[in-house]
Amino acid sequence: MKKTPLYEKHIQLKGKIIDFGGWGLPVEYSGIIPEHEAVRTKAGIFDVSHMGEITVQGEDSEKYLQMLLTNDISLLNNNQIAYTTMCYPHGGVVDDLLVYKYTNTDYLLVVNASNTEKDYRWMKENIFGDTEVLNVSENYAQVALQGPLSQTILQKLTKKDLNEIEFYYFCDNVNIGNIGALVSRTGYTGEDGFELYFAYDKAEEMWELILETGKEEGLIPAGLGARDTLRFEAALPLYGHELDENITPLEAGLGFCVKLNKENFIGKEALANQKSEGLNRKIIGFEMIDRGIPRNNYEVYAEGRKIGYVTTGSFSPTLKKNIGLALIDSAYSKEGTEIEVLIRNKNLKAKVIKKPFYSKKYKKMP
Amino acid sequence: MKLLQELKYVESHEWVRVEENKAYVGITDYAQDQLGDIVYVEVPEVGTVVEAGDQFIVLESVKAASDVYAPVSGIVVEVNEELEDNPALINESAFDAWIVAIDMSMSNEIDSLLSAEEYEELCE
Repeated sequence: MKKTPLYEKHIQLKGKIIDFGGWGLPVEYSGIIPEHEAVRTKAGIFDVSHMGEITVQGEDSEKYLQMLLTNDISLLNNNQIAYTTMCYPHGGVVDDLLVYKYTNTDYLLVVNASNTEKDYRWMKENIFGDTEVLNVSENYAQVALQGPLSQTILQKLTKKDLNEIEFYYFCDNVNIGNIGALVSRTGYTGEDGFELYFAYDKAEEMWELILETGKEEGLIPAGLGARDTLRFEAALPLYGHELDENITPLEAGLGFCVKLNKENFIGKEALANQKSEGLNRKIIGFEMIDRGIPRNNYEVYAEGRKIGYVTTGSFSPTLKKNIGLALIDSAYSKEGTEIEVLIRNKNLKAKVIKKPFYSKKYKKMP
Repeated sequence: MKLLQELKYVESHEWVRVEENKAYVGITDYAQDQLGDIVYVEVPEVGTVVEAGDQFIVLESVKAASDVYAPVSGIVVEVNEELEDNPALINESAFDAWIVAIDMSMSNEIDSLLSAEEYEELCE
């Protein structure tokens, strides 16, 4: 198993280490539920150093990314971030990622850990013009500070006025204590918060500094388990579940990051066709009526036939209900429609409900 | 490791408390710690016939579903209804939170279960 620079810290904090796509990372420290609640009400800190970082530089960077990605990168200001998918010609998803724009000749892409190698190969295969693509994942440590008290905590450690960093913007070379970091107001929990990128060898120092500073506010370390339940309640997709090479961003409900009006991009034709013909299937949210917890890949039925499968399911720590996301036949996607989930050979009743299950508390600037 | 001397254990992390011909079954403190927060307990109906080794209970933590196996053969005669609304009792006090009671059909099966010491060795 690969280790992040914070591995020893996780062991010290009695984190339960699991193999997550080849990375040894903590699934929980004190428990998924208390960690989840801390992030919803106070703050939690996550080690996300496993994430992949790929730089794109050169005169043709913008043109190249416009071809590669479904979102419209030309609309970004300097220091702004876009969430986007990267698709195959048939519309399936290579990965979902964040694009950080320094300038129109200098970008940083943050990709899913387990897809880093695949993404990097895909990006190299499709390269053109004056563009240089580099996998710099090993240079970076990354932590996510998430929750309503994140800014209060982080502000104690820096002279930079964090109010100046708007949602989906970033600032580079910010001193957190004595450590230089790229600070972005982003996250994967549905709460306000920051993601910090900094030198690999500063990871332990940064981790201890933030944890110590946030103690008064109730900051605790949080693991992959809470990260998953938090993103799930906010209906943020997870690659390998709501997205994969056979699910298009439109089916996943990510139409907002597929800009069919931009010139050309890989997957455009397939996605435009899918949009004009209408979706045969889509990701919906549902709530169990019968007792039972839906899990990934459980089959979904309606009117006696299979209509799809669960992509993520769990007990929701915030709502205290058993809920799920499922990819199903669009004919059954209307809110209130009754469906059934096959749980241990029993068809248990559920109904389609609105997603996200938890409305996001992002900090929107006036 | 937290263990009670008077209980019997199974290597699949169940404990058994024998009261006359009834075997009360729960999971060990070690097991609840491994599972994490338990949020749902699925039990067999009273009257279900089980054989030692049958998967007969499902415990769901936030993360995943885990099977619990019958330590002895018999008929399920009681289920702990408190767990329906408060499955976290298993996390709070694993050795008090019995899940079901089995009226044993072969009470000598108890003899082949593990003692506290034997179970502890197994977990190390």
